Amino acid sequence: MTRRAIRTWYLIHKWSSLIPTAFLLMLCVTGLPLTFHDEIDAAMGADAAERLAGAPSADEGLPLDTMLAKAQAERPGEVPLFMAFSQDSPLLTVTMGPTPDAVPEDMTLLFLNRHTGASLGPAPTNTVMDFLLQLHTDMFLGLPGMLLLGAMGVLFVLALISGVVLYAPFMRKLDFGTVRKSRSSRVRRLDQHNFIGIVAFAWMLVVGVTGAINAFADPLTDNWRDGEVARMTTAYADAEPLEPENYGSIDAAMAAAKEALPGRSPQFIGFPGGAWSSGHHYAIFFQGDRPVTQHLLTPALVDAETGTLTDARTMPALNQALMMSKPLHFGDYGGLALKLIWAALTLATIWVLWTGILLWLRRKPGHIERRIEEIRTGGSTFRTAAAT
Amino acid sequence: MKRVRHSPAQVFALPLLIALATIAGLVLGLTGDGARDLAAALLAGIAPLAIIAMLARRT
Repeated sequence: MTRRAIRTWYLIHKWSSLIPTAFLLMLCVTGLPLTFHDEIDAAMGADAAERLAGAPSADEGLPLDTMLAKAQAERPGEVPLFMAFSQDSPLLTVTMGPTPDAVPEDMTLLFLNRHTGASLGPAPTNTVMDFLLQLHTDMFLGLPGMLLLGAMGVLFVLALISGVVLYAPFMRKLDFGTVRKSRSSRVRRLDQHNFIGIVAFAWMLVVGVTGAINAFADPLTDNWRDGEVARMTTAYADAEPLEPENYGSIDAAMAAAKEALPGRSPQFIGFPGGAWSSGHHYAIFFQGDRPVTQHLLTPALVDAETGTLTDARTMPALNQALMMSKPLHFGDYGGLALKLIWAALTLATIWVLWTGILLWLRRKPGHIERRIEEIRTGGSTFRTAAAT
Repeated sequence: MKRVRHSPAQVFALPLLIALATIAGLVLGLTGDGARDLAAALLAGIAPLAIIAMLARRT
């Protein structure tokens, strides 16, 4: 690798790291407890609804129209926005809001038991976890905050790639895993930064890329609704949005959807006029029928007035990537062992970020050439200087 | 000091193995529960174990 190439990659690595470092540290610190949100909820007794006895609400239970009526009785004057199913318990959730296109802040999430028909009231909130989640997602800035964090994620990926490129000249004379603890603290720090960075690289890349994709979730969903859904429902293009009092039976709509997509388990229903449907349809989202495709949802659009199927199509590739990105980013899909690995590698990432900051702050004064020489020689600048 | 010079292939051999194990673990965990989750944790656990081994070493 020429000095010139090292110089270019060094500058890329420096700036693509320095700019997002503060954001990345915040994301690591907030992401660490979020990985364990199930365990934390359970420890705080906020998981009662997940432990209900009976068949999963996605499979069977009381009629959906009955359940919806119960939810509406709790929030008179409001309209239903979403109904979501559990694959593990009779828990059924219904989201209510003042209008079909209500913003998330105005929505109320209600818990119901589809086995007994009992209303369990609004979903329990966990102030600390909700705060951490919102800080992690958009820093309380809405879409601009999400996009800013997405941009920081893109820079992070660039920092990872440039870091791997610089690893090659640095390690030319060193064996894998070398950490020189007897040399100066700068050399030790460089060795740790490089070793932990290269070992955790694949995980950091996956979490970085999927995090950046998740940051663009809202525009991607809008894009799907305005493009694909519009094409699926061209016959309704000129129709007025359906008024909530004219919504027909959900059970009939579910039966029509299951006929189109047999053998699949429903995950949620987007009601007409929301971000996840057209102005005229129930969008019923089904999971894939194999473990591999479980995270990939296929929507069936059913006329909400008549209960007849309009169309069922898999989502576009970008939206599918978004759906696969969620579990890969959250790390909550493989049991406690995988979560512990997520935690360990998050700590490793914090260490790489921290040693990176220290390497920059405590650099010896002088020209950039010194840093290039450091990378080129694997941190033995003085020895090389004496030899030449 | 040793006078060895590693080619890029030598430098990246072990990091590449660890990266492949990590990605195989992450993907395997997505495809099922039970034995697959265990295999996923074993593969994805190589990276944190390597870091712990480095930190525990005294030289």
